[in-house]
Amino acid sequence: MNETDVKRDKPPVTVSPGVRLGRVSFVWRPWLVLVTVLLTAATFLVFCVSIGVGDFPIGLPQVVTTLLGQGEQVDEFVIMDLRLPRALAGLVVGIALGVSGAITQSVARNPLASPEILGITWGAGAVAVFLVTVSGGTTTAVVNSVGLSAAALAGGLLTGLLVYFLAWRRGIDGMRLILIGISVSAVMQAITTWLLVQADIRDVARAQVWLVGSLDNRSWDDVRVALWCTLVLLVVVAGAAFQFKPMHLGDEVAAGLGVRYTVVRAVLLLCAVLLAAVAVSVAGPVAFVALVAPQVAMRLTRCPTPPLLASGLVGALLLIGADLVARAGLPITLPVGVVTAAIGGPFLVYLLVRGNLRQTDR
Amino acid sequence: MAAQSITEIESGTDDDTVSDIASTSGSTAGSLTGSGDRGAARLAARGVTVGYAGRTVIDGLDVSIPPGVITTIIGPNGCGKSTLLRTLTRLLKPAKGTVVLDGEDIARLRTRDVAKKLGLLPQAPVAPEGLTVADLVARGRHPHQSWLRQWSSDDADVVARALAMTGVADLAERPVDSLSGGQRQRVWISMTLAQGTDLLLLDEPTTYLDLAHAIDVLDLVDDLHESGCTVVMVLHDLNLATRYSDNLIVMREGSILAQGHPRDVITAELLHEAFGLRAQVIDAPVGDSPIIVPLGRTHV
Repeated sequence: MNETDVKRDKPPVTVSPGVRLGRVSFVWRPWLVLVTVLLTAATFLVFCVSIGVGDFPIGLPQVVTTLLGQGEQVDEFVIMDLRLPRALAGLVVGIALGVSGAITQSVARNPLASPEILGITWGAGAVAVFLVTVSGGTTTAVVNSVGLSAAALAGGLLTGLLVYFLAWRRGIDGMRLILIGISVSAVMQAITTWLLVQADIRDVARAQVWLVGSLDNRSWDDVRVALWCTLVLLVVVAGAAFQFKPMHLGDEVAAGLGVRYTVVRAVLLLCAVLLAAVAVSVAGPVAFVALVAPQVAMRLTRCPTPPLLASGLVGALLLIGADLVARAGLPITLPVGVVTAAIGGPFLVYLLVRGNLRQTDR
Repeated sequence: MAAQSITEIESGTDDDTVSDIASTSGSTAGSLTGSGDRGAARLAARGVTVGYAGRTVIDGLDVSIPPGVITTIIGPNGCGKSTLLRTLTRLLKPAKGTVVLDGEDIARLRTRDVAKKLGLLPQAPVAPEGLTVADLVARGRHPHQSWLRQWSSDDADVVARALAMTGVADLAERPVDSLSGGQRQRVWISMTLAQGTDLLLLDEPTTYLDLAHAIDVLDLVDDLHESGCTVVMVLHDLNLATRYSDNLIVMREGSILAQGHPRDVITAELLHEAFGLRAQVIDAPVGDSPIIVPLGRTHV
């Protein structure tokens, strides 16, 4: 143990000069880059495997060639029309939840502050269930998927804004945001339960399928809008990310460093709420991804704060992986939300415990 | 490490920041040797009224911060010391009046431009767990960076010098949360220094520190002053305030009771008026600042 201490004796002041490419310059963090590249590769691999697995199995090479537009016609039909939407839905939902969680946890400076705790998920759920149960069988055609997604999106957005304004008191305090989020979530869950108890049993069954969170039967229509929304939101987030860096040090320090923190925070929180709402509108309230992905990404990349891109990748990996396990790895078919919690929870505990062991080692 | 100047710290940079610093420190240069009060004020409040949610804390206050000296704001709890400091740094927006920074209304300047002129250290800042000293100090360069130009070798130079000047260079790779309170405060001041400003506002930089660590931090403030910085701080300890400042601002209930050199300002009457404190003021055995001996109820 002492040997490592001795090794830490390094020359004074080592500040990396950074990397310069023309007018662009940035800090060179090899570990972060390596982990991000590996996560991208792993996500792509699981994405392809997920497409290949099913009643009509397709090998990995065929999947890749088909995705590149060089495949056979049979494969192309199965992949492009049937399986790609589902896999893309998993990718989009995972990335959206991971990035959304990374933002909310950073803003609140608290790992508990994930979209599901801030009421966004359950707000979306309550509105979607309301639509299903109240409209009953009469407007089924309208309510189908697209209407349901739009309702969930609106519900998530409105609940997120409600929590934000209720928590506002001369600025945003992390703990207050979380407490109000939990309260609003509880109310939304109560409303959801009440609606389900009141409703016609057939409607309940439909609502229940949506409520557990799943990627079943996702078509291009479900995915297309979500894909574009997520892309636009990610561009906005990437643009604001630079101004966001000093905000990890607290509002006043950030202000001292020339950041208009109320504006930056409002923009980013709005993006986080929208990303989470988009995710819920596609897959329903999938549990645990937004909470666990940023924490896992932080530990993998050894960053002190949730890294945005890596969080999104871990989210996607977790969600597609869980969907794969839910479809093919288990004797019974489970909703993906159950599996994300079952995989993500223990993995986070493992990382925390490993961290503890290391610290006691010193 | 003592007398390395802040302009020297900036000499490594190439772009607009240099001229920025040079033009602002020009007004400071003349006053460094003199009494300080003669130069134009770097920072001034003119008739500011500030409050929180309907409660007015400061009403129509005028104050100017002389260049090139250490100014300390003292006063009883809740008198508006921190409120004044936060107003001067634009953290609080006055309901009436203006704050003037180098001759310009601070409310009309871009937040980024203010950050290039004025460094601010809030009360008891907290770094994310695991953030290293070098990373924290590097974030002080933010006002000089942009989305494309996030880090340059100039930034690295300034950060290395800021680390060296505050004596935390050999802690560069350590997480901030693993340091002692005094070291941590040095690191935060180092970050403010990396901003490359020669006007520093420190809100209670010695809070939670024992006497030795507090002296350590105040000695660093002295070094910064020597190198040409204008420093404004809020302190609770009156004897430290008199010992380490050239200019005291004594506040009570949102207004200024007295301002000037400690030896001219600090009297038993003033202390009673400001704090309701019974004390004797005597000459210090060393230096030219007075010492306050609190009497309390029984220690006559």
